[in-house]
Amino acid sequence: MIEELSHQQILRYSRHLLMPEVGLQGQLKLKNSSVLVIGTGGLGSPVALYLAAAGIGRIGLVDYDIVDSSNLQRQVIHGTSTVNKLKVESARDRLMDLNPDIQIDVYNEPYTSENALRIAKDYDIIIDGTDNFPTRYLTNDVAVFLGKPNIYGSIFRFDGQVSVFYAKEGPCYRCLFPEPPPPGLVPSCAEGGVLGVLPGTIGTLQATEAIKVLLGIGEPLIGKLLLYNALDMSFDFVKLKKNPNCRVCGPNADIKELIDYEEFCGVPGHHADDTSAGAGWDITAQELKERLEHDPNLLLLDVREPHELEIAAIKGAKNIPLGEVAQRMSELDSAEEMIVFCKRGSRSARAIEILSSAGFKKMKNLKGGINAWAEQVDTSLPLY
Amino acid sequence: MTTLRIPTPLRAYTSGKSEVNVTGIKISEALTDLTNQFPAIKPHLFNEGGELRPFVNLFVGENNIKDLQGVETPIKDGDKIMLIPSIAGGVS
Repeated sequence: MIEELSHQQILRYSRHLLMPEVGLQGQLKLKNSSVLVIGTGGLGSPVALYLAAAGIGRIGLVDYDIVDSSNLQRQVIHGTSTVNKLKVESARDRLMDLNPDIQIDVYNEPYTSENALRIAKDYDIIIDGTDNFPTRYLTNDVAVFLGKPNIYGSIFRFDGQVSVFYAKEGPCYRCLFPEPPPPGLVPSCAEGGVLGVLPGTIGTLQATEAIKVLLGIGEPLIGKLLLYNALDMSFDFVKLKKNPNCRVCGPNADIKELIDYEEFCGVPGHHADDTSAGAGWDITAQELKERLEHDPNLLLLDVREPHELEIAAIKGAKNIPLGEVAQRMSELDSAEEMIVFCKRGSRSARAIEILSSAGFKKMKNLKGGINAWAEQVDTSLPLY
Repeated sequence: MTTLRIPTPLRAYTSGKSEVNVTGIKISEALTDLTNQFPAIKPHLFNEGGELRPFVNLFVGENNIKDLQGVETPIKDGDKIMLIPSIAGGVS
């Protein structure tokens, strides 16, 4: 237990010390606190930066990804000079520069049922900065089992959500969302996009809530969900109650230990290939190139949104956005073979599912989508 | 007339509209009006059996209809109904 601040630290944190809600005692509390940040992406970036600046004594960072230049539009903890580096190392270096006074522990591994309890058990608070349903349910259940607050934030395009899920005092994530939507029903940011500043707004709110909870000040978002929309510039609050039937925090909870979250969410594992439609359906960009040489009239079905055609397109392809495939399939001939594609292969895989259930059989999914085509065949096209 | 707020992920099925005016004296009627106006949204809200999908949360004002009377929850003119989606972020 650190009981006093050095002169240097007093100067660094003076704007905190001036406020009675924080003061010297509050700053010492922060110094003796620990926060685990799951994910160092769009949400984790502002969360970790502000918590480090605020003087949280120990910050844990979990991520297994590397920095990609397409991350920099929103993941502001990383930089051009750290592209291709491990995200946790890139983030740690930035945080140590911001505040060398604190301890940063990095976990360069996927957060899974095998390691999550071990990693999280020594932290006061867990922050959900993840980008997928399985890890969100895992993060929630770990927080419930360990009795820790889970500062939740989630984003999509222009929408954000923030809450503090703390089962000891209020509802948990599963009370609101007992089960995830089936894969494919909700588009991801990788396919649907996200306003770069949105995770900045939401992550900053998560950092605010973390500091309030650690200091025991104000009204944290326990039992409340904040809904933000950047286009409307609207902030709405709704009340959340504990769900008496909650399977992890309810009185008759039947989930007592961590489960297989990928199976629960019906999605492939961390290293699985989400750009494939599965066995038998795939065609590679190279194979498609050869097919087109023999059969230039082969039907190409582009299921991306119309505005994406301006970024990159394959000439002659017919465009029916995924959301319209079910209504417009009469425009397609099930007797004619077609190659379905999107940006990376996951929306086209979903389109193939829809068409297949309507009786279409002669289809192939362009594995890796137009990005694979741009990389392997038509290098004049940009990657996006 | 009641206003139903549509979150971004579902606006693809409401011709981009962020708010839809619906009529009805309870939630189920408002949802029928919504799906009549925008049939493409129906499979995103209801399962094959016609029941509201468990990950769909509807709030009247500040309150979840699950904490009230479910789809039987009464609504009145001027109420604001919000559809709250399950969103995860980057990866599907």
